[in-house]
Amino acid sequence: MTDAQLIRRVIKPALWVLGLAPLLYLLNRTRLGDLGFDPIRTITHFTGRTAITILFITLTVTPLRRLTGWNPLIKVRRLIGNFAFFYALIHFLIYAVFDRELSPVGLGEDIAKRPWITVGFTTFLILLTLAITSPQAMVRKLGKRWQTLHRLIYLAAGLAVLHFTWAQKKDIRLPLIYAAVLAVILGSRLVLRLRIAVRRER
Amino acid sequence: MLINRPPDIKSSDITDERLFWGRREWLASVGLGVAGLALPAIACAQETQGADKLTPYDAVTGYNNYYEFGTDKEDPARNAGTLRPRPWNVVVEGEVKRPATYTVDDLFKGMKPEERVYRMRCVEGWSMVVPWLGHPLKDVIARLEPTTKAKYVEFTTLLDPRQMPGQRRPILDWPYVEGLRMDEAMHPLTILTVGVYGKPLPNQNGAPLRLTVPWKYGFKGGKSIVRIRFTETQPMNTWQRSAPDEYGFYANVNPTVDHPRWSQATERRIGELFRRKTLMFNGYADQVASLYSGMDLRKNF
Repeated sequence: MTDAQLIRRVIKPALWVLGLAPLLYLLNRTRLGDLGFDPIRTITHFTGRTAITILFITLTVTPLRRLTGWNPLIKVRRLIGNFAFFYALIHFLIYAVFDRELSPVGLGEDIAKRPWITVGFTTFLILLTLAITSPQAMVRKLGKRWQTLHRLIYLAAGLAVLHFTWAQKKDIRLPLIYAAVLAVILGSRLVLRLRIAVRRER
Repeated sequence: MLINRPPDIKSSDITDERLFWGRREWLASVGLGVAGLALPAIACAQETQGADKLTPYDAVTGYNNYYEFGTDKEDPARNAGTLRPRPWNVVVEGEVKRPATYTVDDLFKGMKPEERVYRMRCVEGWSMVVPWLGHPLKDVIARLEPTTKAKYVEFTTLLDPRQMPGQRRPILDWPYVEGLRMDEAMHPLTILTVGVYGKPLPNQNGAPLRLTVPWKYGFKGGKSIVRIRFTETQPMNTWQRSAPDEYGFYANVNPTVDHPRWSQATERRIGELFRRKTLMFNGYADQVASLYSGMDLRKNF
């Protein structure tokens, strides 16, 4: 099997299964009536955390590619990134429908007045933009600007963790763990980049 | 005048649990809603708007904020087994003629607990309707005979990290302290709660005795009380100490004064999908608004 076949026939189908697993898990818990006493809250929190987790995984693709030297890995990045957007979309829709009943005034007020929602909504808009511009055709169309635009994923990751932290009443241990993981991922990218720069100088 | 229960919650609401949506049945409707944001679930949810149905016992005792046992809503029910609510002493001190240590039984000797169906509105934006069992605080205070200097009452929760594992971490400044102005404490709606749904108070709800002040956010209701202190000056309550810009001393339910980070205009009643409008003083304005006439409720939040 060639690398391209491996990606297409094994890795991508596996990623589809993994990417849909959180949704299936949530639907199964819903079916069992196992979403706790405030199901909307449970779903909102679960999809939010899942979106951040998958966003983080997206950010590990490039470091993994550098570490392993296996370049075809880059072909799975778009799929993973779009799953992150998918869960952010559910997260946003659940909030918009059940907390704000799709009221433009209610949503506008939240986004304008409450900084943690402003931050969350900004994150959502970034992910939406990246998802819309993710197809090959858009990559070709945007050319060099595509790379620049898609660097916004770093901003989205940072803002997502800020949104998560800000949403807590008092206990921010879990968001801080997410922040630490993000620091490690971004740190590893920096280290790898520096190593490449050093190698080139030699 | 003794107000047994607010006039808008009828006694017929109290007893028949079978009439309320079973949790399973209800969650199945949530399932429909989630699967495709389907219309039936939305229609179901809207039919219940406005009514005050009792929140089922398993929700009242399974979805709690009691940081002494952990910060997740399910933690108290899981972890509160370590609390030993009997025997239990309550120290009464400060501006009072008979400072003493009472056992719970002595504190309420000769008094019969009353059932009070109250709305409970959490500062986080969710709410319940709970059939508490308790004693009017004013009757207990009358027995303790505070002096004329007593302007406030302070309630302190047990401090014992062995019984309360959440106290091993400094999430809040332990022990938990809450307080009321004397007229709030003497208000007939204010009770010292000893039970719920006709049963003794479960540990996770603040056994063996807790404060219930239905027109204030839930955090004003100190749980597992070991000290009642009458003071001349306003007590510093725990959440105000923790975040003075977000939580004040009064903490009256008020849809027009937002929490700095979120709106207080609406709430999600546990058991419902959509949010409902939050009522001024949690719907008890007729009974308590006069306590705050002339006060700027934006400043005294």
